[in-house]
Order: sequence, then C-alpha cells, then structure tokens
Amino acid sequence: MSKERIKIAEELFDIMPAEYQDLVKRATYGNEQRGWKDIGNAKELIEEHSLCAGCPESMAFRYILASLPNPEDTVMVGSTGCTSLVFPHVAVHNIHSLFGNQNAIASGLKRALTVRFPDRPKDVVVLAGDGATVDIGLDMTLQAWFRQEKFTTICFDNELYANTGGQESGLMQKGFVAKMAPVGKTFEKVRLPEIARESGCHYVVNCTVSKPNLIEKVIKNAVHIAREIGPTYLQLYTPCILEIGKNSMEGLQEMRDSEKPTERFAYKEYVSEPAKELLAELAAKEKERKAEAKKQLAGQTA
Amino acid sequence: MTTSYKVMPGPEHFLPPSAASMGIRLPDPGQAHIHGTIVSEEEAMEQAARQFLSAKVPTIFPGPLVLWAWNDKAAKKAKAIRYLYETIKESVDSSQHAMLIPMPDYRPKYPKINPEIEINPNHPNLTIWHNKIDACMFVGVHCHQANLSLKIIRGGTNCYTIAMCAQAGHEDAMLSFRDATAEKILRLADWVKKLKGSVAPPA
Repeated sequence: MSKERIKIAEELFDIMPAEYQDLVKRATYGNEQRGWKDIGNAKELIEEHSLCAGCPESMAFRYILASLPNPEDTVMVGSTGCTSLVFPHVAVHNIHSLFGNQNAIASGLKRALTVRFPDRPKDVVVLAGDGATVDIGLDMTLQAWFRQEKFTTICFDNELYANTGGQESGLMQKGFVAKMAPVGKTFEKVRLPEIARESGCHYVVNCTVSKPNLIEKVIKNAVHIAREIGPTYLQLYTPCILEIGKNSMEGLQEMRDSEKPTERFAYKEYVSEPAKELLAELAAKEKERKAEAKKQLAGQTA
Repeated sequence: MTTSYKVMPGPEHFLPPSAASMGIRLPDPGQAHIHGTIVSEEEAMEQAARQFLSAKVPTIFPGPLVLWAWNDKAAKKAKAIRYLYETIKESVDSSQHAMLIPMPDYRPKYPKINPEIEINPNHPNLTIWHNKIDACMFVGVHCHQANLSLKIIRGGTNCYTIAMCAQAGHEDAMLSFRDATAEKILRLADWVKKLKGSVAPPA
C-alpha cells in the first residue's frame, strides 16, 4: 500500500479523531529518508502507550517505528508480553501470535506476502520479549533461522518475565535475584547472539537502546539485509525498571551502564560476507543520493 | 426452523446469545429483517427512519470501509452517509441530538478511548453510554467486528441497533439491511425526509 492509498474520505474527514488526520497529513509513510530525527517533527507511528512511566521499551518502540524503512509495507509480529500492550497503539500492520510462536507465524507470513506481492518489497519484523524469543519460543526462533527465512527478529531483552512479576528467563544474568526467582539464577545468560550467528543469521547486533541514531542504523541494516539475503537478529536491552528496583528516570542510565566495554550489552555486531556487500552497495547509493542532493541545492542557490 | 426469539433492545444480559444461535436467519436479497422477522426492504427503510426520528440521540457509526477512501465506491458511500446524517440532523427537533461518530479501526484501544469522538468495536458500550445514544446505525464496518459490537450493545445497553450491511446482513442487529450501496443509503435519507414531522419526538 502506498501513502496515496491511505486517504480519509473527504466527506468524513472532519469527524476522524485528530491522530488519524495527523497520520495522513504528517506521518512519514513513503519517505525513504525517514529516521529517528523525525521524532518531534512528524507524526509518530505510535500513539499513547500503556507501558510504565519511563520504560525503556517505549523508547525502543519509538526509535524502531521511526526507523523502519518501509512502514506502509511492513508487518510486525508480536508475542505475549509488555510489547503486546503497545501494538494496539501502533500504526503499522501487526499480528499478535501465541506465546513463542512469533517466528513460525512470521515465516508463513513472509512467504505468503512474497507470493502475493512478487514485485513489491514486503518486510516482516518480529518483535518479542526474551521469554518469547529465548525460552518458550526458542524452537520457532532457531528453526526460522535454520530455514533462512527472510525476516528480522528483534528481541527486547529485559532479562526476566516482567509483566508476570519477575520470573527467571534464559536471558537473565547469572546470580540475579528477582521477585519470583528468590534463589538467584544459577546458570549463565544464554548467548543468543552467538547462537544466531551460528544458526545462519546474516546480521546480528547486541546493544542497548540508549542511542537513537545507533538504533536507526541497526534497524535499517537488519531490515534491508533480511529483505535481500536472509534472517537477521537484534537483541536490544530494554531493562524493566520496576523489576530491577530502579526509578522512572533511571532507565537510560541503566542502559548506559550496561553498554560499557566490559559489560554484557557492550555493542557487538556480526555481519556475514554477502550482507557486507549489500551494506556497501546501499552506502554507495546513499552517498550518490547525497551528492546529487547537494548538487541540486547548489544549483538552486547559485 | 421457527423461533419465538426476538432481537430487541437490551440490556439483555452480560453475554447475550448470538441471534443466529436462537434461530434468527438472514434476509434474502431485496429483503431486510426487523427484530429477526424477515420483511421487505421498504418496510425496513420506513422503520429505520422512524427509529432515527424518534430517538433522543440518533447516531451513525461509519467504519473503516467507508471512512477511508479505498476506491470510488467507498467515497460515494461516504458522501451518502454524510447526506443521511445531515438529513437526520435537519429532520429532528431541538431536543434531539444527531451524531456521526467514526469507528476508524478495530485496534483494542486500551487503556481508554475518547467516547465523545470515536467508537471501538471491543467496547462500543462506552460510546453508547457516554453519549446516551438510543438509536444507531453501523455502516462500513467489517462483518465480524460489527457482530461483536452489536452483541455487546445488545447485552449492555438499551440502544436500538441498525446494520446497513454491504454483505448478507446481521442477525444481531434489531434491524438489518443487506447489500448496502450509496443509493440504498440515500433512499433511507429520502424516507427520513418523507417522515419528517410525522413521527413524535421522544418525550
């Protein structure tokens, strides 16, 4: 669907709630240069959400939605967890799957979209918590990667089951004591980024969401590589401030502390050889576009 | 199958049975139903017009199929709906308050919606209660979402529901048309005009 098709009927425009009018008039659908800098300037694709005040997940949602390269032709697949409270407020097609099933749903969806729209890129992006990705849905996650399904998997890693009260998850760090895991985790945090690489993902990143420009870059890279080459995986630290005993204002600092070079969310990236070639191609095109724009601007001002 | 069940304004109870399960059947082309009884389309037009004219807050709920200009047909229907709304507004007296409230999409908007400006199929009763709507018409709402809304409304409110359905109609509405077109909506507006002044406003 192009932006041209997203029009409100003229006779009923005035009765539409303001956010829908804004989405049509001021959203960045169809804008290839869209990114995190549109936040505050254009209508965001997320309306008010029902997450806790100061939740880093809400920041992550805003950056991701601002950075999707092709939101009008993207379908997101969610799963049970805090993210499922947000999807109803998101202006991108989305499907809620059974807990853990998200990568299986996304596989079928991507294949169907490819058959139905052979001439148009349709992106599928899975967005689920660590419980859905690594514990309950690990089978579906891995099998999708083994099969080289062409979609992006994003894991919001808050290192426990947050909205059910703080149970231990596979991505919880060793020794951590949570409200519902009083003896402390006895084994190491599952190394899913490494597993993703070994399972055939062409682009893997492990980081926090403290830097919007970084999130824009990795989202765009992950979606473009998934579209052209094969599966990609992003593991983003979105700490649950309630479950780790922090206040609303402390989420950002928690992420900054956790991304220091020796910490568990120090930036880690893996790019396969074919993916490197694609990124180089895209970078060259972008350089060309910027040079052309500069030339045009110089022509206008001369 | 014959049934004594009637699809009447509620509140019926928390989980009303689906009218289909109670033996209510859908009309054939050219027909409509009133309270589950199959009638001619003209009879239903007259009854729907009377409901609008005798309600305190007659309301039209246009859904995504007509709110968004998907194609020329949708745009034409939107125009007809506006005309019907304006006709109702002109035809009721000052004690009545005609409304046109959109159902822009079906997302379960939690934790809240603004019932003054929209209706959501997952909790339509909030909009009905807030605005004290006593007669409404659904148009341009996908059937499965309309069924959900109509049942919730019948279960928890006393609102009279009319469905202007583009497919086969709705058993769960108190009055349902089928095969809706822009022309059919304009015909309903003509009936409202025709009956203007002859229907007693609400006490």
